[in-house]
Amino acid sequence: MKTIVILGAGTAGTAIANKLRRRLPKDWDVAIVDPSGTHLYQPGLLFLPFGNETEERILRERGSTLGKGITWHQKTVKAIDTNRRLVELEKGDELSYDFLIIASGTEVRPEMIDGMLGEGWRKNVFDFYTLDGAKALREGLANFEGGRLVINIVEMPIKCPVAPLEFAFLTDDYLTKRGIRDKTELVYATPLDGAFTKPLASKTLGYLLEDKGIQVETEFMTGEVDSEKNVIRSYDEREVPYDLLVTIPPHMGAGFLEDSDLGDELAFVPTDPHTLAAKNVERVFCIGDATDLPSSKAGSVAHFQADLMAENILGAIDGKELEPSFDGHSNCFVETGHGKAMLIDFNYETEPLPGQFPIPGIGPLPLLKECRRNHWAKLMFRHVYWHALLPARPIPISPTMSLAGKQLSAAAELGGA
Amino acid sequence: MSLEALQTDAEGYLANRDDWSEELAQELASQMGIQLGDEHWKVLKTARTIEGESGSSPGLRKISKRSETPIKSIYKLFPDGPAKLIAKIAGIPKPKSCL
Ligand SMILES: Cc1cc2nc3c(=O)[nH]c(=O)nc-3n(C[C@H](O)[C@H](O)[C@H](O)COP(=O)(O)OP(=O)(O)OC[C@H]3O[C@@H](n4cnc5c(N)ncnc54)[C@H](O)[C@@H]3O)c2cc1C
Repeated sequence: MKTIVILGAGTAGTAIANKLRRRLPKDWDVAIVDPSGTHLYQPGLLFLPFGNETEERILRERGSTLGKGITWHQKTVKAIDTNRRLVELEKGDELSYDFLIIASGTEVRPEMIDGMLGEGWRKNVFDFYTLDGAKALREGLANFEGGRLVINIVEMPIKCPVAPLEFAFLTDDYLTKRGIRDKTELVYATPLDGAFTKPLASKTLGYLLEDKGIQVETEFMTGEVDSEKNVIRSYDEREVPYDLLVTIPPHMGAGFLEDSDLGDELAFVPTDPHTLAAKNVERVFCIGDATDLPSSKAGSVAHFQADLMAENILGAIDGKELEPSFDGHSNCFVETGHGKAMLIDFNYETEPLPGQFPIPGIGPLPLLKECRRNHWAKLMFRHVYWHALLPARPIPISPTMSLAGKQLSAAAELGGA
Repeated sequence: MSLEALQTDAEGYLANRDDWSEELAQELASQMGIQLGDEHWKVLKTARTIEGESGSSPGLRKISKRSETPIKSIYKLFPDGPAKLIAKIAGIPKPKSCL
């Protein structure tokens, strides 16, 4: 018997497990390790704080997401021994592998910032990147009666890099509906040099912040949350006061990658950008949020990677060279509030461009532009997630980016690419 | 290559990574009022190495850990926005998000 071991059964791990199980012969065991008994649809966490999403709709029993013939070890991974090709689990159990896929994602680490877990935590300091955080924030928002609401990205990289901006737009919408928008100062504090950092996006989308009256505090790297004074303080001693703080804490890779040969300083796995093989070791691949790649940490990316990685692993089993097929393709709907959303489609080389995005059977969707149809498509994504993404069934979007419908001239005019 | 002949993007970041040299870094830094010492070099070279490895300009925490320079000290070495200054002087793109 030969074995492929997959570490982590989130979006990426589940998709690649289901795909490989269907494609591999019976003498291959597909084993997956994940201690948690439920699968969380994380994009739903964006809507839950506003009361527009329910826990039941975004949680499933993990067993129901893993296809027949996949062996699930409900345990925590402790370490990897690449010399002996062994994975060490809690309680001293071991799994040996012929190929290993690291799919352990990333998690938020609020304890890394002084004072973040202090007095105010989950009273007027919240995160929405975890289920508990999003639920607490739902209460926090319901009790909010106006004041300064600050949304703060502590540092990059984070998963779903547009989610904090979407959160700001949805907050504007929510407060307007509650009739307290004019009693609220909405502030977006980012370590980057703008809410939009690419030339085309800042030019075409800057109006969103202006129209919605969102103040932007740039190049703000939070060193401390001061719960006594209710301010966040940056390393260069600037202070941003808040009545309600929505923080996106620092992200790190899984615990077993920290201080290991496989993880970098933030416990992300140095990975070949095109073949997705882990660097400097044999027979190990990395997929999804766990990589150190500049592609977005997003579910769509995990899906595209799973498609291409499955082919590469099947090839490797037959002794073939790995294909450098992954191009950094990402495809994301960006909520802009008031029932609208944008669609962005890009890769390592090409920034999000305007134009039309053709989807067979659904029709073209406008790119880099707000519209109602994109909002409906974003809501439909939950259905696509459970029924196509996780079971790794085909979706009508190519795993590599296509230029069809995109206005290349838009970037050229700005002198960018 | 002289400063005038350099190709930069609209925001003044070096367009071609390979145009970079230590002399150029010295010149860029002194334009920004920074006199480069050993501590600066450690940070700059680390940022450049990480960008070469991973294809994206690193955040300050990663630079800090790899170069064993506390974030506070990086702010002293490169006052007025270390993330941008480091990228400019080290000849790598500015730290970006996907939009
Ligand atoms: C608020 C929010 C909104 C988002 N919106 C979108 C969106 O609109 N579109 C989009 O495409 N993406 C979105 N995303 C991002 C998307 O959810 C992630 O990119 C995606 O889930 C990544 O998949 P992954 O498998 O790499 O990681 P995950 O799905 O996070 O899975 C990692 C798994 O590894 C397991 N694990 C961790 N440590 C260990 C260990 N030691 N041993 C064993 N198992 C371990 C965990 O239990 C987990 O199940 C959003 C994310 C958030 C937080």
